[in-house]
Amino acid sequence: MPCIIKLRKGLNIKLKGIVKPEFLNDFKSKLFALKPDDFKGVTPKLLVKADDIVKAGTPIFYDKDNPEIKFVSPISGKVLAINRGERRKILEIVIEANSNQDYLQHEVSEISKLSCEQIINIMLESGLWPFVIQRPFGTIANPKDTPKAIFISGFDTSPLAPDLEFILKGEENNLQTGIDILKKLTDCKINVGIDDNSKNKSIFENLKNIEITKFTGPHPVGNVGVQIHHVNPINKGERIWVIRPEDVTVIGKYFTKGIYDVSRIIALVGSEIKNAGYVKTISGAQTTFIEKTNVTEIQKRYISGNVLTGSKISENGFLGFYDRMITVIPEGNYFEFAGWALPGLNKYSNTKTFASSLIPKKEYKLDTNYHGAERAFVMTGEYEKVVPMDILPQHLIKAAIIEDIDLMENLGIYEVVEEDLALCEFVCTSKIEVQTILRNALDLVKKEMC
Amino acid sequence: MKALRKYLDKIKPQFSEGGKFSKLHSTFGAFETFLFVPDKVTYKGAHIRDSIDLKRTMSIVVIALIPALIFGMWNVGRQYYVSIGESTDIIKNLWFGFLKVMPIVIVSYVTGLTVEFIFAQIRKHEVNEGFLVTGMLIPLVMPVNIPLWMVVVATAFAVVFGKEVFGGTGMNIFNPALLTRAFIFFAYPSVISGDSVWTYGLTSTSKVVDGFSGATPMANAASYAIDKIPDNFTLFLGNIPGSIGETSKLAILIGASILLITGIANWRVMFSVIIGGVGMTLIFNVFGANPYMQISPLTQILMGGFMFGAVFMATDPVTASQTHTGQYIYGLLIGMFAILIRVLNPAYPEGMMLSILLMNAFAPLIDHYVIESNIKRRLKRATINSKS
Repeated sequence: MPCIIKLRKGLNIKLKGIVKPEFLNDFKSKLFALKPDDFKGVTPKLLVKADDIVKAGTPIFYDKDNPEIKFVSPISGKVLAINRGERRKILEIVIEANSNQDYLQHEVSEISKLSCEQIINIMLESGLWPFVIQRPFGTIANPKDTPKAIFISGFDTSPLAPDLEFILKGEENNLQTGIDILKKLTDCKINVGIDDNSKNKSIFENLKNIEITKFTGPHPVGNVGVQIHHVNPINKGERIWVIRPEDVTVIGKYFTKGIYDVSRIIALVGSEIKNAGYVKTISGAQTTFIEKTNVTEIQKRYISGNVLTGSKISENGFLGFYDRMITVIPEGNYFEFAGWALPGLNKYSNTKTFASSLIPKKEYKLDTNYHGAERAFVMTGEYEKVVPMDILPQHLIKAAIIEDIDLMENLGIYEVVEEDLALCEFVCTSKIEVQTILRNALDLVKKEMC
Repeated sequence: MKALRKYLDKIKPQFSEGGKFSKLHSTFGAFETFLFVPDKVTYKGAHIRDSIDLKRTMSIVVIALIPALIFGMWNVGRQYYVSIGESTDIIKNLWFGFLKVMPIVIVSYVTGLTVEFIFAQIRKHEVNEGFLVTGMLIPLVMPVNIPLWMVVVATAFAVVFGKEVFGGTGMNIFNPALLTRAFIFFAYPSVISGDSVWTYGLTSTSKVVDGFSGATPMANAASYAIDKIPDNFTLFLGNIPGSIGETSKLAILIGASILLITGIANWRVMFSVIIGGVGMTLIFNVFGANPYMQISPLTQILMGGFMFGAVFMATDPVTASQTHTGQYIYGLLIGMFAILIRVLNPAYPEGMMLSILLMNAFAPLIDHYVIESNIKRRLKRATINSKS
């Protein structure tokens, strides 16, 4: 029997636009992009230039600091443009797809004969390595490290998140192959966290070589960081690798067929999507796969990822490398007369200061307004309510603000990344930018320590 | 509302950098955000944010204080008419109290907000809303006979030296409202102690009926005149002399329930202050060396400012302990010290104010040890893991 961990702290934000288990018409995207900003701490060095012809799996750029880590094209076609921002920073490498997907074919070897070094080299060369993320810091894993465990979260509890069981249906074999490959990388355990509330048997329960822990509770229980904290917490100097189950299937596919196939099923959600559902697409796709008639006509924000941690993209933006959903919500650029004083039947709050708390089951259409402006820390105890870990989030954030590295270490900075404290940012009365502060602190600690 | 918005948009440039009134930038910002929630949208981090903001939080606390304020006004009128031996109706009492209390409220807000606005402008910050609550708390802990100029001096002192020198809202060590009271208590003791200050006109008028002393229950208790302390029910209703807002425990409990239901105030602090107070009284009851020590726990917590302090002062999130364990210790000690000071030190009939200020100073220390224990637990976990 897998062990069951019940968590009480956290918050499920009740948003409109939840995904239904059905596929929407798929409109194929013409354009695809790799966005170096999706990879934290990576400085891209280009391997292609505009008008180059690439196949799916052709290296596009590598990391300046770790040249062995390569990032490859998700699609075959022509490099259309390299979009740069301030100081010529590379923002997007846009690739125009040709009509037939043409894969760069690699040699397939028998898995049992491959050594650990060979597997790492193959993963680095083929563009699979960026799927492996390390904790602490949430950056791409260093292939020279030895992790003490590998963690996979088998469910997603973030607002409007897709059902991973739906996404992974039919991928059992690839998943198992991927896990077998990961198992060969290290001697350590592969831990998988699954949802204890799910009615059906999880796809993971049929897999071998993994250790399952069941979790129940509100968001962020599905975050791999929270699961690590309760199963095998990270201490100073230790490394844990995490990987998303979809990406395990990509690894599985590569080692069976020899191709880099990042076809994905993603969820299209949010209050401004008339008919929320799943779409089959490919990593990095332009959002033109969203049917125009399926979105409302007001001013909207497109988010690649969920509303708490996703990144803002334009209406014709591109799906992020690590994202499994596109969320569309209304923009909130309006003034509201005496908004803070009204009873607020339509206002969502984790506190019970608005009349809306009298209707507990209501679903809300939340926009991007701040509902206030940044203030000094006044309220206490808010963050603690939404962080199901033995960590003092407010004190950790204060230590991050004053850049006290020793204190941050002691208060558990190695155990968290932005997504774990994203809810703190949501509930904060003083509108403090918790995720930005935490990322700056993580970068600082990484720079000083590594 | 559109016309108002248009007008604000029109005059806004004059208040921004380089404009004619750029020195009033923070002031304009404060009024603008008071009227309209800004149109600012998220650009990094979480895309959606909770609807709560500091204005909402503070206004909930002000609402929670309204029952105590209204009862206080009525009681000011009531005590006055009783002292001159006239019987009146509720409206007349309330109107009389309104005329006496409102000037103190206005003076407290005007003084405090002026200081806040000036500091916000100097620091180029937005005006923090913290004073909305402080400004209401100050009148409620004053005797009705307080000269208005003293309110001005004390409020200015408390806001400048209690709050702004530490960096403003959120950084202060001591509760500013209590500091105001403490300032008057030590600088002008005659206006805030004794029997005659709590009822309007008692210091000057000669119309007072025989037998009306104006003594508060606390003063009776301190002079061992236990039989003069009203019964618990009267103490609970608050039809007694005392600071403007502290007499009615009923009104305070209505406020407390608003704070607890909305989740604004911390139940851990409130609860443990009362436990601390009851516990200390029971210890005194065991000794029972003098009549004050023999007073029952219920009477003790119903007397004086104990409940007001427990509900509105001790729970101030900035000056209280910030960790959960710390909050229990902090509250417990406030309750214990309040009764201790009351009973053992006749020079300070109201121990609650001093007790909270004392624990304000110790709150960071309590937190420090709670945080240390969290750190130790984390380190221990690491050593266990490395052994296994």
